[in-house]
This record gives sequence, C-alpha cells and structure tokens, in this order.
Amino acid sequence: MQTTRRLVLGAGLGALTIGREAFAQGASGPIRIATAGPMTGQYAAFGTQMREGATQAVTDINAAGGVLGRQLALEIGDDACDPRQAVSVANQLAARRVQFVAGHFCSGSSIPARDVYAEEGVLQMSPASTNPRFTDEGKWNTFRTCGRDDQQGLVAGRYIVQNFRGKKVAILHDNSAYGKGLADETKKAMNAGGMQETMYAAYTPGERDYNALVSRMKAAGIEVIYLGGYHTEGGLIIRQAKEQGMNVTLIGGDSLVTNEFWQIAGNAGEGTLMTFSSDPRRRPTAAEVVARFRARNVDPEGYVLYTYAAIQIFAEAAKKANTTDPRRLAQVIKADGPWQTVLGPISFDAKGDVTVPDYVFYVWRNGTYAELS
Amino acid sequence: MAYALQQLINGISLGMIYGLIAVGYTMVYGIIGMINFAHGDIFMIGAFVALISVVMLVSGGIMDGPAAILIVLLASMAVTALYGWTVERVAYRPLRGSFRLAPLISAIGMSIVLQNYVQVAQGARVKPIEPLLPGGVTVLHIDSFVVQFSYMQMLIIAVTLGVLAVFTWLVTRTPLGRAMRACEQDRRMASLLGIDTDRTISLTFVIGAALAAVAGTMYLLRYGVIDFYIGFLAGVKAFTAAVLGGIGSLPGAVLGGLLIGLIETFWSAYFSVQYKDVAAFSILAIVLIFMPTGLLGRAEVEKV
Repeated sequence: MQTTRRLVLGAGLGALTIGREAFAQGASGPIRIATAGPMTGQYAAFGTQMREGATQAVTDINAAGGVLGRQLALEIGDDACDPRQAVSVANQLAARRVQFVAGHFCSGSSIPARDVYAEEGVLQMSPASTNPRFTDEGKWNTFRTCGRDDQQGLVAGRYIVQNFRGKKVAILHDNSAYGKGLADETKKAMNAGGMQETMYAAYTPGERDYNALVSRMKAAGIEVIYLGGYHTEGGLIIRQAKEQGMNVTLIGGDSLVTNEFWQIAGNAGEGTLMTFSSDPRRRPTAAEVVARFRARNVDPEGYVLYTYAAIQIFAEAAKKANTTDPRRLAQVIKADGPWQTVLGPISFDAKGDVTVPDYVFYVWRNGTYAELS
Repeated sequence: MAYALQQLINGISLGMIYGLIAVGYTMVYGIIGMINFAHGDIFMIGAFVALISVVMLVSGGIMDGPAAILIVLLASMAVTALYGWTVERVAYRPLRGSFRLAPLISAIGMSIVLQNYVQVAQGARVKPIEPLLPGGVTVLHIDSFVVQFSYMQMLIIAVTLGVLAVFTWLVTRTPLGRAMRACEQDRRMASLLGIDTDRTISLTFVIGAALAAVAGTMYLLRYGVIDFYIGFLAGVKAFTAAVLGGIGSLPGAVLGGLLIGLIETFWSAYFSVQYKDVAAFSILAIVLIFMPTGLLGRAEVEKV
C-alpha cells in the first residue's frame, strides 16, 4: 500500500515537473539541447571531450544570436558508458524536454538510449558510436558525425588491394560485433578489388596463447594479417608471430589506437598499420574554432570537434527548416546537406550516417603512432 | 612434418602450464575430496606477484637475465604459498567437519574474493611486461618453413619437468609425502596413528599454491600480459586436465594437462581454430564415458 501511494505521489510530482518544463519551453524560452556520455568512470576522458565540445559550440552559437531568435541551453547527461544508466539518462533528458542530444559515446550506450529518444521525440547525433547497428535498425532519429565500422573496413580493404596486391593475406576476427563486422567488411572490399584472402579464421578473445594459429599462418606463408579485434589479442598475435620468426605486417582498426597495444606487442608492433579518423584539428575549416579552444587552454583532441559539429548541424538545420521540431529536422538534415561544420562539409544518407567517411591510415613506429603520409 | 613439429612444441609448452596448475587441483582433491575452485585464482596471484617482482627487479634496473628469473620465481612461490596457506586456514579448515558442499561454496566465494581483491588493488586493465628471455633457436628448416623453439618454451618445459621431479620425490620419498598419502587413504586413521592431519593438509595447500605460482610465473614470462581474470580460464582448463587424467592422480594431472594442450593445438592446426575448446571438451566427455575415473584414476572404494 505504502509503495503504491508513494508511486502515485511520485507520478503526480513528475507530471507537475514536466508541466512546468513544458510551460518554460514556450516559443520565447531557450531551446534545450544536451550532450550525454561517460562524464565519470573509466572513459571519463572522452566524456570531458564531449562536454568541452558541446559547451564551446553552444557558447559560439549563442554569441552569434542563437537559433531562430532563441538561445540554446545545454544539459549534461552522465551514462558512465553503462547501458542501463544510459537509458535512465535518456529518460531524464526527455522529461526535461530536450530537443536534441549530441551523444552518447559508447555504442553500447547509444543503442539503448536511441530507443528512448525515438519514442520521446528527441533527435540523437552521436560523435563517437561506430557500431553499424546504431543507425541500421530503422529509427527515425539517429545520426552520427563519426564513421561506421564497416566504412573503416572499406578503407582498409582498398588499402590492402592497392599496397599488398599479390601478398598472402590472413583475415582474423574475434567474433565480436565490432571485430567480425570489421573483418567481413574488409574482406568484402578486398574481394571486390579482385584480391582473395589466403586464410579467414576466428580466434577466441581473452586467451593468451595464439601460437597454434600463428604456426598455421606461418605454414600458409601469410605476409599480411588483417585483424578485426581488440588491441590485447592483436598485440599478442603479432608478438607471437615475430617470436616464431614470421615476417608479417599487422593491419587493424581504431581499437589499436591505444598505448596498451605497444606495451603488449613491444618491438614486434613496429610498422603495424591501423585505420582511424584523420586529425580534425588540422582541417582548414576547424582553424578558427581550434584557436578559440586553445585560447581557453583546451586541446580540441579526440571527439571534441565531433561533438561541436553535431551541435552545429542541429543549429544550421533548425535555421533552415525554421522549426525545432525533431521529426521535421531529421528529414531536413538528411535531405538538405551538405552542412558546413568544423569538420568540413558533412552530408547524411537515409540512415543518418555521414556519406564520406574520413578514415585514414596510421602507423606504429617506436612506441608512438602517426598518420601515414 | 616441420609444421607438425612446430605445433608439437607449441602444444607441449602450453600443456605443461595446464599440467602444473592441474597438480594443485588433484592434490587437494586427493587429500580432502574437495575441488578447490580458488586454485585458478591462486595461479593468478602467482602471476601478479611475479609481475610485481619483475617490475621491481628488472625495470628497476637492479638485475637482469637468468638470475632475475630465478629470484622472481622464488619470490612468487613464497608469497603465493602464503596465500594458499591463508585460504585454507580462513575458508576451508573451519568447515572441515561440515557437510560436503560447504567448503565447495566457500571455495567459490574465495575465488571471487581473490579476483575482486586483485581487480581493486591492481586495477582492471591488462598489465604487460617486456619479454625477459627473447629469442630462440631454429630447429628445422624445410621448404621455407622454419621450426622455431624459443628459449621461453625451453624454460617452461625444463622448469616444469624439474619442479615435477622434486615434487614426485617429495610425495614418494619423504615423511611428509608419507603423511600426505596416509591422509589421502584414511584421514581419521592417520590422525589416530599420530599424524598431524591439519598440518599435512595445510602443507598440501602450500605446495599446491607454490606449483600454481610456478605456472603463473611461466605464464607471465611466456605471454607477457596478465589481468585479474586469467585465473578463470586457466583454472577451468587445468581442472579439466585433472579430471581427464583422473582426479586424485598426480601423473594423471600432468598427462591430462599435456593432452589438453596438445588437443587444443593440433585441432587449431588442422581443423578450425574457433572450435578447439569444443574439441578438447568433447574428448573429455568421451573419455569419461568409457573411463569414468579418467585416464590414470583408480576406482574409488567406498569406505565403510
């Protein structure tokens, strides 16, 4: 009984709050937008990047007169990259009548949050979630300013065809959504380029001994390994391959862009290639905004500019459509690109993915990685 | 031919590590009839103690080379043995007179405690070290296929064989070994004849933990990467090895470990890499159907 009464009371209060928020949301009040990501926890560094990017974007847009004569008001959501917390954050933001969310960070958070936003009529644009499922499942409200894992595979596959034609290539994956997706897309692009892999195999992640697999690749005369998987296994496989006397080049995805890869692989990691976004700070379209960040002593690294661009697109689209109605905006963003952003011009396809992925190759040398020139 | 030889080397060095851990399972089972589920985590503790010693000694620039490896090994064995003793004292001895499942549950609890303790104390991320003993020799060179036998693999095989020889001597030729075998046969009778059974059981745990520490150190040096979770997978594999060889039988544990290592390796070598665990566990199931006590186990005689 007690619980029921409390629930009723809670619901009543909730309704009141929503009523007040909705009232404040009149045509003259600020437009509420949000960024949501891991503001605390293991990935808090990325959450900070998103907050910095969003804060600067909102400041800049408001200084230039806001959107449709109204100011933007920024909310911050913290999901700690936990899918359950992401859902509750999504509900809170929806209850606060947020129109647009630049987030979340982890694909595992963006996907469950997406369903809440879709139901509540909130537009979502992730600066970082690369899992194809995020936009593939037919929701009206999903966009991303980053690439997709399968676009990464396309770039990798083409690169292999161009630079390693005639070499024996092994494609390995760890059976995860990320790893297998990446490996399969690379294989597809490679085959389309008229190149067949010599070997295609899955390994079990979490193990330490990949010597049997390595010997097998050695017997097949493998010269290039494409790895759809994470840095721990990638580091171990290349280390054990070099130990067994193989002369082989490892190619991987963005999961190898962490110093842990080098710690595990050691010198065996020398020359390892991986796909990752080209550095947006160096683009001419970003120069002015980057200078503004630097003036505040913020380095706009990683996902800062991707978050900035997401909010820019929302503002531009709202001006163009002369409304902030999320459903209408979703159509406009898809149809009326390209949008001028710090990242350069961005257009979206019907699913909300960027049409021109910006993956480039990086190479590991001497314990650090740099863009391959 | 050359390929098979390379895979044989891979399989034996992997199987030796499983075998070393399996001995700890089988000893404890033999003496108190309990499966010590925390044993995999004792192995993990061994690997972490070795990691800490390596960081202190080698990265601290104090010493290098074989002497460093020996000291790391001894340090890990000593500290891990202390853990083994403490676990027995805290989690199993108070439950010795209790019903059969109580120590089993306590063992699972201990496993969780150790795992979480290391996770909190050392962090959840993987911990890598530089290779201490890089390089190896080329054994064979046929048709552009090079059979590589790394120094680390040699070290694992040599250390495992050495440790097992010492251990076999301990069990078969010393008063302590006699006491252990007596406890195994009939604990109450042994205590009536003046054997301190509690002390013997404690020492069994200490020896088992020291062997797990050897395995953990070898594992760390061979693969160079550990985290708080390695004990689970290695523990499951080693437990399987112990059952395959006949739980309670010491040579059986080593044989079982070698077999699991070889089956995994050769299955990956000639069939699908993905299904190697399926292969290993299927063979375990088939062996148990035809030989319920495992390869070298003896049928249990119900004591009246």
